[in-house]
Amino acid sequence: MSAPMQDAAGRFRSNPAAFAAALIVACIVVLSIAGPWFSPNGHDTLDWLHVAMRPGLPQAHWFGTDRLGRDLFVRTLVGTRVSLTVGLVASAVSLLVGIAYGAVAGYFGGRIDHLMMRVIEIISGLPLIFFVIFITVIFGRNIYLLFLSIGAVAWLTMARIVRGQTMSIRREEYIEAAVACGASPARIILRHVLPNLVGVVVVYATLSVPQIILFESFLSFLGLGIQEPSVSLGTLVADGAGELEAAPWMLLIPGAFLALLMLCLNLCGDGLRDALDVKEG
Amino acid sequence: MVRYFLMRLATAVPTLFIIVTLAFFIMRAAPGGPFDQEQTLAPDIMENLQNAYGLDQPVWRQYLRYMGSLTHGDFGPSFKYKDFTVTELIKQGFPVTLRLGSIAIALALLLGIPLGVIAAVRHNTALDYATMSLAVLGIAIPAFVLLPALGLLFGIYLRWLPVAGWEPGSPRYLLLPTVALALPPLAYIARLTRSSMLEVLQSHYIRTAFAKGLPLRSVILRHALRPALMPVASYLVPAIAAIMTGSLVVESIAGLPGIGRYLVQGAVNRDYTLVLGMVIIYSALLIGMGLLVDLLYAWLDPRVRVRP
Repeated sequence: MSAPMQDAAGRFRSNPAAFAAALIVACIVVLSIAGPWFSPNGHDTLDWLHVAMRPGLPQAHWFGTDRLGRDLFVRTLVGTRVSLTVGLVASAVSLLVGIAYGAVAGYFGGRIDHLMMRVIEIISGLPLIFFVIFITVIFGRNIYLLFLSIGAVAWLTMARIVRGQTMSIRREEYIEAAVACGASPARIILRHVLPNLVGVVVVYATLSVPQIILFESFLSFLGLGIQEPSVSLGTLVADGAGELEAAPWMLLIPGAFLALLMLCLNLCGDGLRDALDVKEG
Repeated sequence: MVRYFLMRLATAVPTLFIIVTLAFFIMRAAPGGPFDQEQTLAPDIMENLQNAYGLDQPVWRQYLRYMGSLTHGDFGPSFKYKDFTVTELIKQGFPVTLRLGSIAIALALLLGIPLGVIAAVRHNTALDYATMSLAVLGIAIPAFVLLPALGLLFGIYLRWLPVAGWEPGSPRYLLLPTVALALPPLAYIARLTRSSMLEVLQSHYIRTAFAKGLPLRSVILRHALRPALMPVASYLVPAIAAIMTGSLVVESIAGLPGIGRYLVQGAVNRDYTLVLGMVIIYSALLIGMGLLVDLLYAWLDPRVRVRP
């Protein structure tokens, strides 16, 4: 690890809120992967003898069951895992597209940059959330389309930030030296520009994960995202919102998981931003 | 100022045109027609249906017809609500959504800005920490978790307010949805105001204002507030967009008859014309609000007006 990165890691560790949040996120991740393994129940097996049961020890229904007798402990953890996966994969997609687009626009500048930025301006003028809904309505609901449509929304900010950073790095003397040595633009971008972008990219990637999770659970809540028999935190909250009177834990447990995840990921992102000293884009 | 506004308007109109065109052709590119999901119809009935909705004509003619009827406010018939046109549904739903959304944005601004200012002025005190912790929580809890939770607390346990439902003219049904809708942007606005206010309070002209003996109150209100509100003004469009998207879930949960609920129901029923109409209305609303915010921005920061 390089010295500036070590400094940043030290600063992150000395920020109690961010550090605690990172630990909680780690716990949630481990729990969502390993947790279902400890329960004797499956996420969609029906237990007709224990329908809408409150949280407790019998039959290992630690978080209770829903109307169909499905175990909420396993469902919540599997749902968390699905939401986290969507968040990570869609962020990775938007990261790749955003970095490539932003670095090219920022490095070449001039007319190319102008044109590429106009495209971003036009796209961000469109109300994308409504478009995503529209597209899921028309082309049916599947998880790849979900990744694609969320990624299509999320790359814009990343591209803007990377472009701004690239433009300022472009003016550094070591870039000039690389050009003088005859390095190709592709080599300069990959070897000299991108490594200097790590800080910004890490911060905004961390902050985009909770946004994407929120977006996914929003779509799933409306019945336009993840479909049965698969579950996500959004579908679980939607199920729970329909059973407020009979089984409030069906709302409160997945809702608390979602809120905790959002809270901790946001705190982590803020902490990383302070630790890496990244300016707001 | 007028020139600036006209320039912004000149980009808004083509954007809306692009949205409508894009949405229309995506809809027509969809595999299968709108009547495919129901049980298979006899071929002559199918033909009559296609004929009635103009689906048997070439796509470009359908497009021209749709655009033509849009210019006099006709969004075509709904495929699923057989007795209604999309225009009628919009006319019914729009006032409800507008009321919900405008109260929510007003609430977010009128509470968020003072909270942020107070937190900045009382920097590093318990009050500051309390406000900011609340703000972090407000950002973390999505409206579709908050609203059912509020309904559980105030509707089922305390029995003060209805969990869901709608009665024209009765604010009781709007209270919880508005709070749930306003809270995330409120929290974000409070945080934004605090950080920009802290930055402004460190500038030289604020030091001068204090040095000439002005009381804190007038330093804040007369000198610091306007520049400190710049980031809030640029957050307004995302805030309005967030409230609009929030209105989809909030209306669906609370059973309010607004356009958000029609959009969701249309989406679940694959009612193409209804969804298309609602997407157009929401887009137009968002673009219109964007224009208004640009004007506000130009008023707050004179430099914006001269920039090309």
